[in-house]
Amino acid sequence: MIRFENVTKRYKGGHEALRDVSVHIERRELTFLTGHSGAGKSTLLKLIALIERPTRGQVLVDGRNIGRLPDRQIPGHRRQIGMVFQDHKLLENRSVFENMALPLIIAGLSGREISKRVRAALDQVGLLDKEKKTPRALSTGEQQRVGIARAIVTRPRLLIADEPTGNLDPELSLEIMQLFRRLNDIGVTMLIATHNLELVERIGGRRIILDEGQVSAPS
Amino acid sequence: MKNYLLRHLQNFFGSLGSMSRQLIPTAMTIAVIGIALALPSALHIMVLNGNAIAGGWEHIRNFSVYLTPGTTLDYAERLAVEIENHDSVQSVTVIPADKALEEFQQSAGFGDVMATLDKNPLPHTLVVQPVVDAPPATLRIIEAQLLTQEDVDMVKLDTEWVIRLNAGLDLVQRIVWIAAILLIGAVIIITGNTIRLDIQNRRAEIEVSKLLGATDGFVRRPFLYIGFWYGLLGSCFALFLLGTGFMLISGPVERLSGLYGGGFQLLGMNQSTALAVFAGGLLAGLGGAWSAVARHLSDIQPRV
Ligand SMILES: Nc1ncnc2c1ncn2[C@@H]1O[C@H](COP(=O)(O)OP(=O)(O)O)[C@@H](O)[C@H]1O
Ligand SMILES: [Mg+2]
Repeated sequence: MIRFENVTKRYKGGHEALRDVSVHIERRELTFLTGHSGAGKSTLLKLIALIERPTRGQVLVDGRNIGRLPDRQIPGHRRQIGMVFQDHKLLENRSVFENMALPLIIAGLSGREISKRVRAALDQVGLLDKEKKTPRALSTGEQQRVGIARAIVTRPRLLIADEPTGNLDPELSLEIMQLFRRLNDIGVTMLIATHNLELVERIGGRRIILDEGQVSAPS
Repeated sequence: MKNYLLRHLQNFFGSLGSMSRQLIPTAMTIAVIGIALALPSALHIMVLNGNAIAGGWEHIRNFSVYLTPGTTLDYAERLAVEIENHDSVQSVTVIPADKALEEFQQSAGFGDVMATLDKNPLPHTLVVQPVVDAPPATLRIIEAQLLTQEDVDMVKLDTEWVIRLNAGLDLVQRIVWIAAILLIGAVIIITGNTIRLDIQNRRAEIEVSKLLGATDGFVRRPFLYIGFWYGLLGSCFALFLLGTGFMLISGPVERLSGLYGGGFQLLGMNQSTALAVFAGGLLAGLGGAWSAVARHLSDIQPRV
């Protein structure tokens, strides 16, 4: 589903965040991206979401070289991907329901379909009763679960998550990872960047280790 | 397709809702747009009224020739024939001093005062009616010729000030255009600035929307709608101001017109001016929104 072929990413200023990276992630796989801070995990995910473009090499998603995608096709590409962020990126002044509805409104769904899907996704993360609350009124764990629910509400086939448990205590982290595991079981391809190795061991799944922008131990 | 239209409608009225949440800045922007549109429109309507006044007098191009008091009626009649021979003159009427006095007593109600005078103070007068298309320059030449005559005391050429008024009105109309263009420019800047602040306030929302795959059009749309509403509401406010102003001055104008013998009807808002107000308002609102959106939306890229 995702294939990096000799990808190098050099940021403005000359720093090479990724160096000649080649990896392949199969459909329906659950993959953890690990490595020290600054190893290039976020950069790799940003290339998939086209928040950054590769300097050299090819990034293929579903066989399409997205590195060459014209700017106006970026939104369409992003709508195919669910994204989870460390700081969840929920809108503080909107209710949980409105936050969840945003990607569906962007996708152009009807009002009734939106309500149905929002409730289904909230149910999946066990927060059906919180739809009228604002994110501020939720605990950090709950906020992150809403962030995940928003990422899956459009039913993407691919979900990428950047340090989704970075702000959570071990117990909540485990809970979130188990949630990812369940989503993976229903067929979502997942790529999760984390430096929490202990948790990765417990959940199980494939690991890609980055070191100084290079893949150090592909498995 | 139906969803698409529905979404537009929601967005359309949703933008009105988001404006109403910031009532005071919104109201101020609308007020400024309204005033900026009302000013040149009011000037324009004044010019229209001026044109109506000048137009009403344009065909009265008759002028009066006052002879030196004491000249004979005989002389007056001979001069009349002489003037009548002129190509540009259609007819000349002699008003003898006696008749002039009679008319004066009747029309002005000064009868008693005049009766106390032992001598008629009025001279014989000739009223010259030029041909319809007599050029003003020719009339002025006739005037000059008459003034060289020994027994001509004064020539009163009424057309003179009508010409001046017309020239003045042309100038004011041009000023109206310049003012309108400048003010619409100012309104574009004001709306643009208001919407720029709006974009900044909704930065997080824009960033997240872009991350979730919103197209530029999707992100742009609510701000363009806001610009549209500013333009529309500003235009309505301008019309309200103009209507109120008209109401306030129509009474006094009627009284003034009555003093000048009536007949003058104050022209208020007409259709084309109202259309121009709306066109200007929407141009300014949408133009401002567009300029803000073009300059500031692309700056906002998701930072992860
Ligand atoms: N926008 C950027 N501009 C310049 N350098 C960057 C930028 N983003 C990340 N980097 C650098 O690239 C390297 C990899 O960063 P990142 O991909 O965020 O690593 P990780 O997520 O593994 O901590 C780091 O050294 C970081 O400083
Ligand atoms: Mg990172």
